[in-house]
Amino acid sequence: MSKFKMHILVCGGTGCHASESDMLLDNLKTIVSDKGLDGEVQVIATGCFGFCEKGPIVKIMPDNTFYTQVTPADAREIIEEHIVKGRKVTRLLYVDPENKETIADSKHMGFYKKQLRIALRNCGFIDPENIDEYIARDGYEALAKCLTEMTPQQVIEEMKKSGLRGRGGGGFSAGLKWEITSKSVSDEKYVVCNADEGDPGAFMDRSILEGDPHSVIEAMAICGYCIGAAFGLVYIRAEYPLAIDRLKIAIKQAREYGLLGSDILGTGFNFDIELRYGAGAFVCGEETALIHSMEGLRGEPTVKPPFPSVSGYYGKPTNVNNVETFANVPVIINQGAEWFASIGTEKSKGTKVFALAGKINNVGLIEVPMGTTLREVIYEIGGGIKDGKKFKAVQTGGPSGGCLTEKHLDTPIDYDNLVASGSMMGSGGMIVMDEDDCMVSMAKFYLDFTVEESCGKCAPCRIGNKRLYEILDKLTQGKGTREDIDSLRNLSHVIKDTALCGLGQTSPNPVLSTMDNFMEEYLEHVHDKKCRSGQCKALLQYIIEPENCVGCTACARNCPVNAISGERKGVHIIDQATCIKCGACLEKCKFNAVFIK
Amino acid sequence: MANIKISANKLDELKAVCKSFNNEKGELINVLHKAQGIFGYLPAEVQEVIAKELNVSVAHVYGVVSFYSFFTMLPKGEHPVSICLGTACYVRGAEKVIDEFKRLLNINVGETTPDGKFSLACLRCVGACGLAPVVLVGEKVYGRVAPDGVKDIVAEYAK
Repeated sequence: MSKFKMHILVCGGTGCHASESDMLLDNLKTIVSDKGLDGEVQVIATGCFGFCEKGPIVKIMPDNTFYTQVTPADAREIIEEHIVKGRKVTRLLYVDPENKETIADSKHMGFYKKQLRIALRNCGFIDPENIDEYIARDGYEALAKCLTEMTPQQVIEEMKKSGLRGRGGGGFSAGLKWEITSKSVSDEKYVVCNADEGDPGAFMDRSILEGDPHSVIEAMAICGYCIGAAFGLVYIRAEYPLAIDRLKIAIKQAREYGLLGSDILGTGFNFDIELRYGAGAFVCGEETALIHSMEGLRGEPTVKPPFPSVSGYYGKPTNVNNVETFANVPVIINQGAEWFASIGTEKSKGTKVFALAGKINNVGLIEVPMGTTLREVIYEIGGGIKDGKKFKAVQTGGPSGGCLTEKHLDTPIDYDNLVASGSMMGSGGMIVMDEDDCMVSMAKFYLDFTVEESCGKCAPCRIGNKRLYEILDKLTQGKGTREDIDSLRNLSHVIKDTALCGLGQTSPNPVLSTMDNFMEEYLEHVHDKKCRSGQCKALLQYIIEPENCVGCTACARNCPVNAISGERKGVHIIDQATCIKCGACLEKCKFNAVFIK
Repeated sequence: MANIKISANKLDELKAVCKSFNNEKGELINVLHKAQGIFGYLPAEVQEVIAKELNVSVAHVYGVVSFYSFFTMLPKGEHPVSICLGTACYVRGAEKVIDEFKRLLNINVGETTPDGKFSLACLRCVGACGLAPVVLVGEKVYGRVAPDGVKDIVAEYAK
């Protein structure tokens, strides 16, 4: 990247892409050409910067200027002012929400200060569609090192020493998995990358594939070398078109450079990669289900053992790792296992990528060392709760995980601590909830998801989760009884103990953890027929307080079902029978006359 | 046999797709993806052709089609509306947005308007959580959609 004096990096991740960052990129390129700056200024689309809240993001290097919420119309000003005249466009700079200071250099932003980017090292830094940029950042050096200087066993030892654990949620030692697969005797073996990121609200793997696809390709080849496989498969969601495109381009370039294919780097090692598409089934994140799906079958899981390491794709030994796990591998080889193991906690090494979302100021993709506390993540990186509301809970591990509350905020995040707190690491979804979120409804939301995604093979998951959902629905309708609460707990334990695969065994977790932490809300729904957050529609009424109503008619005009009557300048009344409880009146009333009972 | 007739050239295209995967039954999901790309959906007739080409039972093909949420046996509207129901969108009010679409279009999720203009679907996480709640119309993404912004989106396509 040295021949250019300046680089304009435009985020090409899905979030920013949805906000017209492609048009912005075109505009920047056109204006750079018009000004005759083609040889001096390079404009590229990169992967995700992580700061999705304020996208689209534009970063100017080498001065590290970080522009937020840039529109296609801002392109001219950025070029004419910043690039040509050297004056930063102040109005597009990030403003610290706390002290209102303008921050030009992203290094000083609270969002980035606590982060350590290993898996995301190249996201937002290189052009993912250009293999030369990856190579310039030590890309494929690890593969070369493994092939020419190390035996497969040495690489496996290095991986084991690093302490890297599976980032898809299981947390199994990656090195150990490689070792087991390498010891399985077979004429054919496979390396599979699990890119079927099904947890709703999580987009770690997608961002890595979009921002740095070569890191995954390189790691898969290294894994192939270790276990003795000549063929790799990426199982990727069809819902990720951008990631699929970038991965295809990357595979093609790697083949052209002789980094995939036969006789890689003249060492006699053969390895190639193909894509397999998912078709929207959460259960396919489970290894055995994923393998069946790749064989063109319904994605139903089978009992383990045998593990895929022994009998996987078409009965052959298969090593399945997740995208983020693979993305860590080249760095471990290049920098050494000791270096990697020096980051993190005793049993969880390295970093973890989280998709921070929900009621938080800085929604985005973050990577922190293991051992960082939830408080640091939510308040320092995430910038606290939206609209100054009160923190209530954070859900980690998606539909398989649980919620963590105020009392867990200072717990250092690692695999074992999260399990001990009643949740799990999961793949890295982190959804923050505030006082307006009803925990019974949250549990119902996750069960709705599990019911829909259950493959139906085993009865506990197929029938049990449906019953759990029905009981939760009853509670949110105000029709629940004390016995229902006992049934919820009993049934949850039965499902956990008897379901066939990981999906069923973890699906009651959101119910159990919300019951453990928010029992009072469950009891309120049952005994007082009340939902304190006002989310359960059946349990609330919108009422107009006559003393505050001035008769401005704003509520009546905005009511979608004409449930509000009253004369201009007279007190208005809501007809409860017609009201659909949409809350439009509450939002529109400027006189605090509408309230929820 | 279903009563929908496949035109001859589309039938050829479908058979060519099967052939491009060597009529391999392990490639069924890839074939279905391509077939849905050609037809927009996977009616019974299409599934029958695929079953025959790949030499598997129709029940097997139907089993796979009905298993995966990405495959649909119903034609979508001219402007398919998809509302993200990922957790991030859910906690930022996606439910109210769905209710408003249902009310304005007068259809339920999974249905198509009688004039064939709009169909309504929910999906799980498009990964644009920073823009939650998110609505897709075709490929276009609308971010931070509030219930009272729904009518503008519908109006944009109703013409």
